[in-house]
Amino acid sequence: MRRALLAALLSVFAAFAAAQVLEFRDPAEEARFRALAAELRCVMCQNQSLADSNAPIAHDLRLEVLRLMRDGKSDAQIKQYLVARYTDFVLYRPQVTPMTWLLWFGPALGILIGAGVIVGIVRRKARQAPAAPPPTDSQEW
Amino acid sequence: MLPELGLVALILALLLGVLLGTLPLVGAQRNHAGLVASARPLAYSQLVFVAIAYAVLTHAFVVHDFSVKYVATNSNTLLPTLYQLPAVWGAHEGSLLLWVMILALWIAAVAAFSRSLPATVVARVLATMGWVSVGFLAFLLFTSNPFARLLPAAVEGRDLNPLLQDPGMIFHPPLLYTGYVGFAVAFAFAVAALIDGKVDAQWVRWSRPWTNVAWAFLTLGIALGSFWAYYELGWGGWWFWDPVENASFMPWLVGLALLHSQAVTEKRGSFRGWTLLLAIAAFSLSLLGTFLVRSGVLTSVHAFASDPARGLFILGFLAVIVGGSLLLFALRAPTEDKGQPFVAASRETLMLANNLLLSGAAMMILLGTLYPLLAEALGLGKISVGPPYFGLLFTVLMAPLVLLVPFGPLTRWQREQPAQPLRMLAPWAGLALVVAAIAFFRWPQGTAKTAAAWLGCAWLIGGTLRFVWQRLKQGKGRFTAEMTGMILAHLGVAVFVFGVLMTESTSQEMDVAAKPGQSFAMRGYDFRFEGVERVQGPNYLADRGTIRITRGGAPVATMLPEKREYASGGSVMTEADIDGGFARDLYVALGDPLGPDGSWALRLYVKPFIRWIWLGALLMAIGGFVVVLDQRFRRPVVAP
Amino acid sequence: MIRRLLPLFAFAALAVLLFAGVRMNSGRDNSAIPSPLLGKPTPAFSLPVLGDPARRIGNADLLGRPYLLNVWGSWCPTCRYEHPHITELARSGKVRVLGYNYKDTPEDAQAWLTQFGNPYELIVADEDGRAALDWGIYGAPESFLVDARGIVRWKLVGAIDETVVREQIEPLLAELDAAP
Repeated sequence: MRRALLAALLSVFAAFAAAQVLEFRDPAEEARFRALAAELRCVMCQNQSLADSNAPIAHDLRLEVLRLMRDGKSDAQIKQYLVARYTDFVLYRPQVTPMTWLLWFGPALGILIGAGVIVGIVRRKARQAPAAPPPTDSQEW
Repeated sequence: MLPELGLVALILALLLGVLLGTLPLVGAQRNHAGLVASARPLAYSQLVFVAIAYAVLTHAFVVHDFSVKYVATNSNTLLPTLYQLPAVWGAHEGSLLLWVMILALWIAAVAAFSRSLPATVVARVLATMGWVSVGFLAFLLFTSNPFARLLPAAVEGRDLNPLLQDPGMIFHPPLLYTGYVGFAVAFAFAVAALIDGKVDAQWVRWSRPWTNVAWAFLTLGIALGSFWAYYELGWGGWWFWDPVENASFMPWLVGLALLHSQAVTEKRGSFRGWTLLLAIAAFSLSLLGTFLVRSGVLTSVHAFASDPARGLFILGFLAVIVGGSLLLFALRAPTEDKGQPFVAASRETLMLANNLLLSGAAMMILLGTLYPLLAEALGLGKISVGPPYFGLLFTVLMAPLVLLVPFGPLTRWQREQPAQPLRMLAPWAGLALVVAAIAFFRWPQGTAKTAAAWLGCAWLIGGTLRFVWQRLKQGKGRFTAEMTGMILAHLGVAVFVFGVLMTESTSQEMDVAAKPGQSFAMRGYDFRFEGVERVQGPNYLADRGTIRITRGGAPVATMLPEKREYASGGSVMTEADIDGGFARDLYVALGDPLGPDGSWALRLYVKPFIRWIWLGALLMAIGGFVVVLDQRFRRPVVAP
Repeated sequence: MIRRLLPLFAFAALAVLLFAGVRMNSGRDNSAIPSPLLGKPTPAFSLPVLGDPARRIGNADLLGRPYLLNVWGSWCPTCRYEHPHITELARSGKVRVLGYNYKDTPEDAQAWLTQFGNPYELIVADEDGRAALDWGIYGAPESFLVDARGIVRWKLVGAIDETVVREQIEPLLAELDAAP
């Protein structure tokens, strides 16, 4: 029984292995595929991209992405296709929706607020500053 | 018997921690010299008992004591002795004991190297660190006992995760933790200053060396972790913005802002509040990182086994330490800025911008790392935030910083004529642009990113050298250690930027199905696959491939990548082989066997300048260490 | 003073979020992805029946009665753990249990069924796993509960056991009986 199981596992393994290597038609297709696969998440792994993962489902999804690419679908359409099946979880680049405004625009907003605070600080300190630059040798480096 | 002694040692260490946290503090408040003086002996005693506990656990590993559950889960008899030692910190309980050990070492170091400080200051600093140690020792004893028994004892252990059976494992966690934990010193100085009510240049001068050393160690720890992932994980990546990586990067960024802010406060008396806040923030982020990787809240291959009880405990501890210190800050931070005034065109302003951008980057990383959790908590489903987000926003935030770096050293404090530094740097900016343009058009496979690599690197090197020249020209040929450290660190940034952008823009990868005897060409290199044979390792069986690389007919390297099956768990690990070089790495990994004719899937990479990433980090770390050698830290402050 | 309390307030908000995070993640599998198919019709599919490849089953053929679609494979160890519970559920007649053989060769699947028993009313075979992508399947065992009109009402990533049957499946079946 154990040998049958082992044989079953190995045959499955071999079936996967046989199709492990993807053949690309040209460098442009390869580049586009790699860029796209890097932005998609392996749905089964603990935080790996579709490009990097060795999981069987990742392999299947890579084949599917390539098939969709060759079908003429755009990157956006391919992503939509996957989201419809695996939710937003599968996108490493979150979509820009009201739900993610804080994520995408929060940092910029934070920096702007911070810059405003700095301007306030500088203005306040500048009011007290002497008019001429201090002689260089009294300055510590 | 011995493991129980280890447990007793930890209990004693906890009690000593409580005494350390209380007696010197009371003594400092009441001006009781005896209690104040108890700080040092208590610190040293605590170290002794923590060391005993650590030694006991190590001993348990070395003698294969599988009656200790932790040893049974993380090693076995086949594990090479070399890896029995770092196996101690291979999982949650042991790594926490390492944390505590390193904290005890830092506490003792502060006790030993603080002779020139007033006794009350030392007392408060050590007491604060004592309370931190109490939190972690309690965490160990109540939720994560490394000496828990497994009865009946296992006959054979499970094994150390094969990914960790590697030299990187020996150095990465200790270096990382030394950095992480080291921020507790700056934190303790800040808390001591708040309690004391005296936040001045002297206080900052005392805490600067400790902060620099901690930051430098953290730099080394993160860089080594990145390098380790690169050669160990088999697909050539060196940073993934994984939650656990982010957990170490946030304190690094804030620690960097802290270093700069401390310099300003020491020299000009300005930004005392900001410096205090950054000191609290850096260590808080270290603690937050500890929480994130052990509480099960985030998904990561790095995360330790999770347990909600542990998560709640650390969260409680976090609330006390961070909440307490922030409350103290709100109540006792200095109300007026006694620092020297300055105008918009001054080094002070540049430093404010520097701190804003670095803290902003850290907050962005925190936001992205916790966003999936926030979305899920609000019922908005599961989303992922990954490298496309972090990479983009980090670059956007760091670009202005790279632009500003050369201006810093050339801009005077208080008031500078803007034309001056602009005039000094303009030729270098021009040179950098020319170099970038040449790279863009002439570099094979060059893209905008390639041009950016040359632009950033040339600008940073040119700008930093301009400072060196300026200093020499002024007849002040002497460079203080502080300046030298800064120069090295800024050059390190240049090297780092170059490495990252060149690798990202000009790396090439080939996934091939290779028959024995077949050759593949990439970037002028010829990779010839010769076949795969079975070899036996100490605790694994491997398929080892042979790939000969030549260039123009001349031999370059023979690569021997392996796929190892470990005897204990049966897990299969890919061990890539790398031919490292100053200008490029050649990287080969085995995929899976493809058929009875001996063909295998292979992954071949050419990665230009990737080593510059870690070289740059090394330079930054060296810079951080060199600053500490400066004379100023041996002199008392003269009031300006 | 308010300004200097801001960091504390920010930290308090963070602590609340982290507390919620710990509570959310205790006691359940954090890695399961929710199904976007809930409340929607099953994906269109047409798959051969295991053991009778000339005969094909599609979503239209399954309308009229609710069914539990159990995704399994002979290579999946957890499926073996789940098997007795599936068998029990099928035997109880509460719902018809259909099998979805995922990424298996017919020989391996048959061997597994011969060894452990076949509780399924019928089994569709998805050897290369292409059709499974439309269902959002990414491993085994997984199970779907589909109502009589072909709408997906429930998905589980992981094994079915008595707790799942009692706390999730039976209440849902009762709902479907009341308002099909």
